[in-house]
Amino acid sequence: MELDALMLARVQFGFTIAFHIIFPSITIGLASYLMVLEAYWLKTGKRHYYDLYHYWIKIFAVNFAMGVVSGLVMAYQFGTNWSYFSDFAGGITGPLLAYEVLTAFFLEAGFLGVMLFGWSRVGPGLHFFSTIMVALGTLLSATWILASNSWMQTPAGYEIVNNQAVPVDWIAVIFNPSFPYRLVHMGLAAFLVTALIVGASAAWHLLHKNDTPAIRKMLSMAMWMLLVTAPIQAVVGDFHGLNTLKHQPAKLAAIEGHWENKPGEGVPLTLFGWPDMQEEKNHFALEVPRLGSLILTHSWDGQFAGLKSFAPEDRPNATVVFWTFRIMVGLGFLMIGLALWAAWARWRGRLFESRPLLRCILYMGPSGLVAMLAGWMTTEIGRQPWIVYNVMRTADGVSDHGAYELGLTLALFVIIYFIVFGAGTVYILRLIRKGPATQDPVPGGPGETRTPARPFSAAPQQRDGHEEPLNRDKR
Amino acid sequence: MGVDLALIWAIIILFGILMYVIMDGFDLGIGLLFSLVTDKEDRDIMMNTVAPVWDGNETWLVLGGAGLLAAFPLAYSVVLSAFMLPLIFMLLGLIFRGVAFEFRFKAQDHRRHWWDKAFIGGSVIATFFQGVTLGAYMHGLPVVNRSYAGGALDWITPFSIFTGLGLLVAYALLGCTWLIFKTEGALHDRMRQLARPLVFALLGVIVLLSIWTPLTHSAIAERWFSVPNIFFFAPVPILVVVAAWCLLRSLNRDPHAGPFLLTLALLFLGYSGLGISVWPNIIPPDITIWDASGPAESQGFTLVGALLIIPLILMYTAWSYYVFRGKVVSSEGYH
Repeated sequence: MELDALMLARVQFGFTIAFHIIFPSITIGLASYLMVLEAYWLKTGKRHYYDLYHYWIKIFAVNFAMGVVSGLVMAYQFGTNWSYFSDFAGGITGPLLAYEVLTAFFLEAGFLGVMLFGWSRVGPGLHFFSTIMVALGTLLSATWILASNSWMQTPAGYEIVNNQAVPVDWIAVIFNPSFPYRLVHMGLAAFLVTALIVGASAAWHLLHKNDTPAIRKMLSMAMWMLLVTAPIQAVVGDFHGLNTLKHQPAKLAAIEGHWENKPGEGVPLTLFGWPDMQEEKNHFALEVPRLGSLILTHSWDGQFAGLKSFAPEDRPNATVVFWTFRIMVGLGFLMIGLALWAAWARWRGRLFESRPLLRCILYMGPSGLVAMLAGWMTTEIGRQPWIVYNVMRTADGVSDHGAYELGLTLALFVIIYFIVFGAGTVYILRLIRKGPATQDPVPGGPGETRTPARPFSAAPQQRDGHEEPLNRDKR
Repeated sequence: MGVDLALIWAIIILFGILMYVIMDGFDLGIGLLFSLVTDKEDRDIMMNTVAPVWDGNETWLVLGGAGLLAAFPLAYSVVLSAFMLPLIFMLLGLIFRGVAFEFRFKAQDHRRHWWDKAFIGGSVIATFFQGVTLGAYMHGLPVVNRSYAGGALDWITPFSIFTGLGLLVAYALLGCTWLIFKTEGALHDRMRQLARPLVFALLGVIVLLSIWTPLTHSAIAERWFSVPNIFFFAPVPILVVVAAWCLLRSLNRDPHAGPFLLTLALLFLGYSGLGISVWPNIIPPDITIWDASGPAESQGFTLVGALLIIPLILMYTAWSYYVFRGKVVSSEGYH
């Protein structure tokens, strides 16, 4: 694999989007979590919900800022680096992106200020409304961008006129065959990512003898979320796989490491192995006979296309896809196992005490992110060599830049992303380590250590009789 | 059908870019002025005047990009790939300044100065390369077979460097007058002193641009100076003079929102001047909005959403500014 301009452009896109995707997935999960926390706070008046809201919103703010700036890059990279693709498919992906901006980005940005800074500036109802709008914005954003991404995977509702994709049926474009599965799968992934991070944060504090009602509540909520979501995700993932078999058979063959069918014989499930693209076979394969057929065709000797039934230039890289898929699935099973263990410990009344369990919850903290990235690589690298599946090749979509410009910008992205987002990660970990406030916080500001608690003075005429924010605390 | 979708979309995108220039202009300007204010307390105040709104301001830039992709995919792909380098430099600048809003308050005291520098440097880089891109865009792009046919470094010209510097002045004045509006005390007075030289600098930039552009671009000279166009467009320079005069006068009295609004008027006039020079081309010198138009099905579908949702966006954005109205003061009085 040589580093030509195409490869550099792909690496650049893969790198920038892999970093970006981390932040919105945490944003999606945390926004909904904050919405639930605020709802409980308003309903019950229990102090630990208030404390948890103000604890997680600081982390949310840092994460959100990183999502915004890394996302800005994506909106422009389609044009700078993939101009032929943009000219060809802009009539489809452009409107979807525009709707994302109109319905989601503005909603998030417009209400984020009030959510972060407005605690003492608006009443509880309006503040809660702002939190809901931000959470809604994150979900809408995921919907539109996944519609666009799914269209590139399983294009529908278009025809090609003058070498441009022209939409003929917008419902078919948006609800293209893989969209519903991808949307649910990715949405659940975002919730799993967040639940695992929240759970790990609580576990760290409990392991360090910081045992408060707020932290217990955090762990409890995270483990309930994991228990409900992880098994559903496995089922949804299975449906998504069947959908891929139907619409993107080459990708599925690569995922399975399945080269060719033997006459009249079921397809084995290859648990492990090393698919070799040159020799067209798996090394060191560990196979379970007929299980592949059973999972994918629901019959004992059903067959599905192997990689050899696709021309070599139409095959995705099975070595990569095979392994990223197994990382995702393996971690998924670990999550289910962890959720069951936590449920059992809860039933035995030992959820907050069992140190081996807490340690596992802590170590599993990043597993959601790793699984999501691995799954994303599976689906995107599995789409290759197509940028729009079976319609436009990736090589035909890339701009005519030389390797120098691409190399320079890639190097800049790598250096700057590691510095900036590395620092952001350190700050997030530091915020997590501090734990939820135990004394009365000064409300109003974004709550940072050195930010003025209320960056905006109330207008003078408002200052008198201004509601003291903590009088919502019904302790 | 009778509805000129390309025209409507050109107007929406021009509006989106105008909103971006106005709104992100003042918060980028605050980043530029950060270098002149060293007091930590004042810097906190400066940042907090825009902290709740900067993200929404930047969203207009994304709308500009997405709208262009939706309605004029050819223009999006040609212009963006031609300006890949300056645009990526701009985006990297925006990364540094965007995260600085949060990171600055999270860093340990002895490390905070790094994020102050990131905020300043990011704002300077983002503004400069926006201006450079604008200048290079005015200059025009060679297009062959629906793709950019020039070199990767063609955007570097004396003219584009000048527009880059000019935009620094414009955004600095916007930021300066915004701070006059939103702060009080020493910081307010400091900004008042700073505004006057900035106004003259901006006038200088506008005058130079008005001479330089028609001299080097004959089509633009013809657009402005042929009869009868000269009479239609004469109000633009006249209004520039009037707005600048009002702005200088308002700085002498007890200024609050006035200078900021007048600076907006100045920038609007400058922006419309650029629009007049280029219209109806979307890829200068000769590809019009109609040539670059994407499928009508795409423009129509997106238009429904844009017309319904943009007014709503303007409403809740206005509400958010209303929530955070009034002067921003130091935190001291509240602890």
